[in-house]
Amino acid sequence: MPQQTAPRNPPQQPRVGLFVTCLVDLMRPSVGFAAAKLLQDAGCHVEVPAQTCCGQPAFNSGDRATAADLARAMIRAFSHLDYVVAPSGSCAGMVRRHYPELFADDPDLRGKANAFAEKTWELTSFLVDVMGVSDVNASFDGVATYHDSCAGLREMGVQAQPRKLLGSVRGLKLVEMEGSDVCCGFGGTFAVKYGEISNAIVSEKAARISESGAPMVLAGDLGCLMNMAGKLSRQNSATAVRHVAEVLAGMDDLPPIAAPAAPATGKPGAA
Amino acid sequence: MTAAITSPAFRENAHQALEDKQLQAVLGTMRTGFSVKRAEAAAALPEFEALRDSARDIKNHTLAHLDLYLEQYEAKVTASGGHVHYARDAAEARRIVADICRDLGAKTVTKGKSMISEEIGLNDHLEREGFTPVETDLGEYIIQLRHETPSHIIAPAFHLSAAQVEQDFRRVHTQLPPERDLSEPVSLLNEARQMLRQHFLAADVGITGANFLIAETGTSVIVTNEGNGDLTQTLPKAHIVLASLEKLVPTLDDCAQMLRVLARSATGQDSSVYTTFSTGPRRAGDADGPGAYHVVLLDNGRTGMLGTSFQEMLRCIRCGACMNHCPVYQAVGGHAYGWTYPGPMGSVLTPSLIGVEKGGHLPNASTFCGRCESVCPVRIPLPKLMRHWREKEFERHLTPATTRSGLALWGFFARRPWLYRQATRLGAATLALAARGRGKFAALPFASGWTQGRDFPAPEGRTFQAMWAAEAGKRRRAGGKPGAKEQNP
Repeated sequence: MPQQTAPRNPPQQPRVGLFVTCLVDLMRPSVGFAAAKLLQDAGCHVEVPAQTCCGQPAFNSGDRATAADLARAMIRAFSHLDYVVAPSGSCAGMVRRHYPELFADDPDLRGKANAFAEKTWELTSFLVDVMGVSDVNASFDGVATYHDSCAGLREMGVQAQPRKLLGSVRGLKLVEMEGSDVCCGFGGTFAVKYGEISNAIVSEKAARISESGAPMVLAGDLGCLMNMAGKLSRQNSATAVRHVAEVLAGMDDLPPIAAPAAPATGKPGAA
Repeated sequence: MTAAITSPAFRENAHQALEDKQLQAVLGTMRTGFSVKRAEAAAALPEFEALRDSARDIKNHTLAHLDLYLEQYEAKVTASGGHVHYARDAAEARRIVADICRDLGAKTVTKGKSMISEEIGLNDHLEREGFTPVETDLGEYIIQLRHETPSHIIAPAFHLSAAQVEQDFRRVHTQLPPERDLSEPVSLLNEARQMLRQHFLAADVGITGANFLIAETGTSVIVTNEGNGDLTQTLPKAHIVLASLEKLVPTLDDCAQMLRVLARSATGQDSSVYTTFSTGPRRAGDADGPGAYHVVLLDNGRTGMLGTSFQEMLRCIRCGACMNHCPVYQAVGGHAYGWTYPGPMGSVLTPSLIGVEKGGHLPNASTFCGRCESVCPVRIPLPKLMRHWREKEFERHLTPATTRSGLALWGFFARRPWLYRQATRLGAATLALAARGRGKFAALPFASGWTQGRDFPAPEGRTFQAMWAAEAGKRRRAGGKPGAKEQNP
């Protein structure tokens, strides 16, 4: 499993660019605020450069030109920062594993793309492997199960880190489902283009989640979470679906993904 | 031409497979079958990961010097009294095999399991030419009775239940007493053995595939669990080995290395029950063996992959681990893929061999979860190669128009951050408003593929970038110490 090597001497108060990802930006901004809080608590100075998308949908659809355009813009926007951190193994994996591949034949950008890849991390692995966080100082009463999103697991080596951080949340008990490392069937545009197959795969995942007995499922990628939440919701399951960062940041007043809005508390999101 | 192709109808094939309750019940057993056994076998061998590197390197080396090893192999086969025939395509391979059978005046032709035979549609051709081909691998025997094709490269009848096989045996083996008990799988095996024995003895020609061809010695190697391959190749007058070019490995030692990853990756066995090495025909003084030994080496598009990014696919040793770990294969089974090779390896190989115009669905029907690559014994980067096919389709304008125009529209906004932010603000607000506090949509016109089986979660209502900018603005106005530098107006 590819594992990023942490730099020997990370800066005292590193300047971290929060690469919020287009899905979080559009669908669930609270995950972005949760990530910012976790990074700030860990001693990082957080910045949010203007951003759109890493280009993965184009890259995986065979449109390298569009992917390269968006990658160039990303590299420019975050160039002045020590690290780039995303609350997504998939988007961080796109940068980390595929930007170097995208510019392998471009002598001008190859070096920049490699350096950019080197400084890009998935949120939980950045907190644990770079910042040395072992306790997030949060509490969350209940039982949860954790789904290993594929790109985070297999491209970024994210497996122990989220479990370690969840283990530090007071009141939270983590139970493992069978096949937590098996794909949920999301696959980006696959979920729409081959919706029937995608639905069959997520039905299996929903069954494993239900069998775990946990009333809440967590993961580190919003795409997978929306897929699992959509299936569980269609089945009228009461299982709550949340991004792992929400629990680590103690945002339990936010309604779970695909759940009805909570009665107004006068508090927008949990920012 | 090759075996029948229904890959262009992948979507319809998959739909039928998902509706097929019997098939779904069988596929449901996969999640605790092959993959668990492979994981246990890999964990029990400390050097397994190093062996995978070594297997990859052996294959890469062989492919880089394929011409030299082919010459060496041919010379060794010839020196041991055998014959090597080169077949450029399926038709040539079929003709060569049929000619050998005809020259020997053959009637019955027994066959060990061979995916190349499936690829070139050999059985139908032999029947048309007046021969009687008999599959002797239990799974192949069953699907031959049913006039089907394999649904899995190492478990051809994987899609069937024991009850279905019992029905087929009762339908075909009418000479046996109808009251016999076939309720246990072993009774099915015994009945197949009993039926096959007469064919083994009557066969004039035996055809097998090859898991490896060894250049150093001119040897072909088969790996089986039933022993049928040995009877197929030793009893008749002639043994024909049907193999594709990339089965070559340089030496016996190399072959031994490859064998250590093959069975573990395939079935989780340390080693398969039978591993049989064949070098040439029977020699004077040999107790048994075939009178003649022929090797038909098939290209059928493979040399066209050399020197391209798809060369890596030629490392494949057909263990089936990629399909055993594939969520898409587990959902729809092998027949949906519509040609000889299913699963991730098929999704890369099929477009190479039959053309991306026909096989184009397959590399697209993947979630890119990467589990296939993580278990491949020769470390083929299957998702990357599937993506390369998507790139070729995009370059050649074979990508569906709706996908292309959707990508173009999205790309237009994503390239323009200011415009993008306005559009996403509007989009998030509109969608949230339309969801009316329910938190989800039961139907969305632009994503019916999603909403047919799932709800689509509603957005919170504001974009992160807009909220972050508003928060930063508040902090600035309050004159407080900025917790974050504002960059996002």
